[in-house]
Amino acid sequence: MKTLDRKWIWFWAALLLVGLCVLPFLVKNYRVFQFNLVLVYAVAILGLNILTGFNGQFSLGHGAFYAFGAYTAAILMAKFGVPYWATLPVAFVVCFVFGFLVGFPALRLAGHFLALATFALALAVPQLLKYKKIEGLTGGVQGLVLDKPMPPFEFRFLDQPLSSDRWLYFFTLMVAALMFLLAWNLLRGRVGRALVAIRDHPIAATAMGINLPVFKSLTFGTSAGFTGLAGAMGAIVVAYVSPDSFTVQLSIFLLVGLVVGGLASIPGAIFGGIFIQYVPNIADELSKSAPAAIYGVLLIAMMYLMPSGVMGGLNQLWARLRAKCTG
Amino acid sequence: MKRRSISIAVASLVSLAFAGTALAQKKYDPGASDKEILVGNINPYSGPASAYGSIGKSIGAYFEKVNADGGVNGRKIKYISLDDGYNPAKTVEQARKLVEQEEVLLVFQPLGTPPNSAIHKYMNDRKVPHLFVATGATKWGDPKNFPWTMGWQPNYQSESKIFAAHILETKPNAKIAILYQNDDYGKDYLKGFEDGLGDKAKSMIVSKLTYEVTDPTVDSQMVSLKASGADTFFNITTPKFAAQSIKKAAEIGWKPAHYLNSVSASVGTVMTPAGLENGVGIFTASYLKDPTDPQWQKGKEWDDWLAWMKKYQPSADLKDVNNVYGYTVAQGLVQVLKQAGDNLTRANIMKEAANLDMTLPMLLPGVNVKTTADDFYPIEREQLAKFDGKTWVLFGKVYGR
Repeated sequence: MKTLDRKWIWFWAALLLVGLCVLPFLVKNYRVFQFNLVLVYAVAILGLNILTGFNGQFSLGHGAFYAFGAYTAAILMAKFGVPYWATLPVAFVVCFVFGFLVGFPALRLAGHFLALATFALALAVPQLLKYKKIEGLTGGVQGLVLDKPMPPFEFRFLDQPLSSDRWLYFFTLMVAALMFLLAWNLLRGRVGRALVAIRDHPIAATAMGINLPVFKSLTFGTSAGFTGLAGAMGAIVVAYVSPDSFTVQLSIFLLVGLVVGGLASIPGAIFGGIFIQYVPNIADELSKSAPAAIYGVLLIAMMYLMPSGVMGGLNQLWARLRAKCTG
Repeated sequence: MKRRSISIAVASLVSLAFAGTALAQKKYDPGASDKEILVGNINPYSGPASAYGSIGKSIGAYFEKVNADGGVNGRKIKYISLDDGYNPAKTVEQARKLVEQEEVLLVFQPLGTPPNSAIHKYMNDRKVPHLFVATGATKWGDPKNFPWTMGWQPNYQSESKIFAAHILETKPNAKIAILYQNDDYGKDYLKGFEDGLGDKAKSMIVSKLTYEVTDPTVDSQMVSLKASGADTFFNITTPKFAAQSIKKAAEIGWKPAHYLNSVSASVGTVMTPAGLENGVGIFTASYLKDPTDPQWQKGKEWDDWLAWMKKYQPSADLKDVNNVYGYTVAQGLVQVLKQAGDNLTRANIMKEAANLDMTLPMLLPGVNVKTTADDFYPIEREQLAKFDGKTWVLFGKVYGR
């Protein structure tokens, strides 16, 4: 029975992989571009999830790290001619260091106060990016326009060429898979248990020998690194950065995506990404007069139907089905 | 002999027929057909700039009227308007949706400088008309480098040059204080103003302060500007801050010659909240007929506009100048489509957009729309106006071009 289960898992995984590879050739480039954004947001939410979902530290400022990642990639590409793929590790490291530095003083701030401190960061970023002295680098208010990466080889499938968007799809898919694997490895082991212990009972965690300050700041750094890397991918996919792309709203949307997907759930981040990418479009199609109100209604409906996020809802459904089958 | 003449007749008939088809040959690019023309639009219906959503809606309402009257050269306009929430990343997505998914003939009136900057290169790479963008930044009129992009309203620099010219004419020794928004819009205005003053800019401008669009108030800036001893004030602010600054100036008893950029020249959203009596004597420049101005509330032009508003936008605000703006710019596009005739290719749309010379009913008398192959600034004329406590009273000559 057990081997059969495993076989099925392999079967479904292989099917999923084939599906993901064929998908971009079945739809238009513009849809592929949307998929790319979903993947980018999923990685950004994953980063926030490490901090908020697993470690219980609230951040309303992850848009700031996203922006830093995006600008790191954009400046490296536009001003220094660095190839696009090489900017991702740099963005990760820059944001890791930055996140660590922010996380360190944030140790003294718990719960709501941390949320406010990070919120301040998110508010400050668009202004900092407009600062005159660094205008030569950041392009100031005009932002930076980037060139879209060209696919390294020509290839046709289902009569569709491997366009720049489709190439980027495979690129972001691979990077996203890598990041999810990394997060999975990190959070399913000792480190993950330590993070959850800190979230649930910090005093007990200290008593068990977990170094609270180090763990908390490192978590902040890692989380910022993930989100920053997502920002860099976002800049490459959209091929444009400007201070107005990274307003406070972005931070709020990331948090919305996190909660909708499911706190402390790794696959939940994907659903979060889908939500923040597509729901505003649905709201716009339903009403031109009050899209924000429709968005709010959809969000409330979502939270009412699935109070623990999409992943929580799916797990519940699965448990119910199982109970029915066995009982 | 007879046979020969018949063959000649047939040959000439055939050639005539060919010539005839050649003349009437219709040319289409994606988004155009015998029945309809697809026009795409991107507007902030949500987010920080959602007050401008009424522009997108009024454009749609005008096209409804055009369609009800039989369309343009027998074709209906199908208008697809999408929301970008004033977020440039979203603008890119929506522009791509319009071009790649909906396959529109052209993208019309995307709003705001950052959103348009984000798609500037894309539209030109794709060679899709990026027409009459709703921002006054000066960079939209660059046919050499961006032949597929064209602005509409008077650009910020040419407007501030008008203010500079008026100051030089009336008060050549003015001491000028400037408050501007810390972004490209503010800096564009400032540059035009300094260029307009020329060599005297350095000596005349005694103080320049900025604010951020996210700031709660500009009170402290106003106090410092007064302290600089300036007797002339150039106010480069968006509506909320314009109202605040006018009110604060009155509170602290500062009465300079006050020039307000046209971005905020709205009686409903700026002058009323600022306190009508506080705004008396303020100068601005305008090119559209203000719907609150009684002198325009008569005549055929007004009746047509009012009838259209009542029929196609019964719930919209009659005081909102954006409804005049949308009406006028939509008329501009209809003229371009009319001129293009049956040759509805993207290249021909740009050619005709660069071949305009007309006046429109809701533009001020003397203000025209004029473009050429190397002039991509459709409206460049403006007239100065002074606030009398109720409305803007136009005075003096029409400046520009």
